[in-house]
Amino acid sequence: MTGEGAAVPAFNRGFRMRHDPVRKAWVVLAPERLFLLDEPAVEVLKLVDGARTVPDIVDALAAKFNAPRDTIAADVVAMLQDLVIKGAIRL
Amino acid sequence: MNALSPVPPAPVPAIEPPLALLAELTHRCPLQCPYCANPLEMERAASELDTAAWLRVLDEAAALGVLQVHFSGGEPTARKDLLELVRRAAAGGLYSNLITSGVTLDPAALAALADAGLDHVQLSFQDADATQADRIGGYRRGHARKLEVSRQIRDAGLPLTANFVVHRQNLERLPEMLALGEEIGASRIEIAHVQYYGWALVNRAALMPSRAQLERANEAVAEARERLRGRITIDYVVPDYYAARPKACMGGWARRIINITPAGLALPCHAAETLPGFQWPSVRTASLGAIWQDDPGFNRYRGTSWMPEPCRSCDQREVDWGGCRCQALAMTGDAGATDPACALSPHHFMMADAVADADAVAEGPAPALVYRRIRTAALVR
Repeated sequence: MTGEGAAVPAFNRGFRMRHDPVRKAWVVLAPERLFLLDEPAVEVLKLVDGARTVPDIVDALAAKFNAPRDTIAADVVAMLQDLVIKGAIRL
Repeated sequence: MNALSPVPPAPVPAIEPPLALLAELTHRCPLQCPYCANPLEMERAASELDTAAWLRVLDEAAALGVLQVHFSGGEPTARKDLLELVRRAAAGGLYSNLITSGVTLDPAALAALADAGLDHVQLSFQDADATQADRIGGYRRGHARKLEVSRQIRDAGLPLTANFVVHRQNLERLPEMLALGEEIGASRIEIAHVQYYGWALVNRAALMPSRAQLERANEAVAEARERLRGRITIDYVVPDYYAARPKACMGGWARRIINITPAGLALPCHAAETLPGFQWPSVRTASLGAIWQDDPGFNRYRGTSWMPEPCRSCDQREVDWGGCRCQALAMTGDAGATDPACALSPHHFMMADAVADADAVAEGPAPALVYRRIRTAALVR
């Protein structure tokens, strides 16, 4: 996938995002793994709910951060593709 | 400590909370694998922690900052209260993983576990060949049962890791094991070379692969990783004996994981009971938080200040954290020594000697295995 497409990203079974109140951080928990999320990842993954499409997510972030849509789209697509390779989400 | 010392104590660096709890619920198990990670001296059912104590441990773990709990054993499904424990872990937001041989599971039990909030199942296989698998596991028709159960796990909607412990007697079938993991729908395959402590050290001569075997295995894993990229995660642990640098055992002593034995002792590693000179604390009398923060055994090899040379000045000291204390003890007699897996250890030749022995006997028949049974434990100690 190079563009946004209209895919609906969702977490794979066995991957779960939650807030860790002790470390005050968002994490994705996975089989024998744990992903510590940086701020951009948190913003994107909070919108991964199995209902929103990739363009929906880009729109929401572009509005929230008042940023150019193209820049946001490139970052979101790259991040989601990386998480697909890691097995965390499906598109 | 000298209480009258005029020098103010150095500030104590903050200790990060553990990420994971390894809950060894029981040593009971229907299988008898001769490389089991349990200690030679196993706990009987009567000395196990009761349900209330485990529930309290799970609550304390969640409050302390633990994010994942691994229900292990022995065979954790031997505990009648497993469902209750899974439910409590889920209530505390803990990601729960069941590490099982699978032979006692059925669709009803799996549906109940999924319903209780279980996040993931790790199912062990002893081989890809049924006859060989049943011989190593010491359990008739075990392999066939595991194949059935792997389907039932997927049918229950639970994500599955297929775990294969590999050694001299099954390593030739690694490509078949990878194919089996793929066939049963595992989202993750774990290929773990035997680690030589406890029962496995007793059986080292019968289990250690030759260098040629290991190289073929490395190639098979590399090929499968490429082929299955993005579909199946493959975790592969190379045996220390063939490494030039030690692994960061447990992610570093008392850094990430807290282990609770069936009888309730808290350890920084499941093999730490083999280390002499420690009085391990019990969760029956102390909280998890107090143990993690203050126990002298947990602090003994934490961080880098305990390290001898060549670790102390090594630029890898916060990468491998000095390797494995249990292996250092088993091979050098000193748990505080540099792990002999490291090429810089003055004892590294002992690893090389064991490898040479393995190469020398690789063509001959393997020595007989000593199986993990509570009644044979006394004979091999």
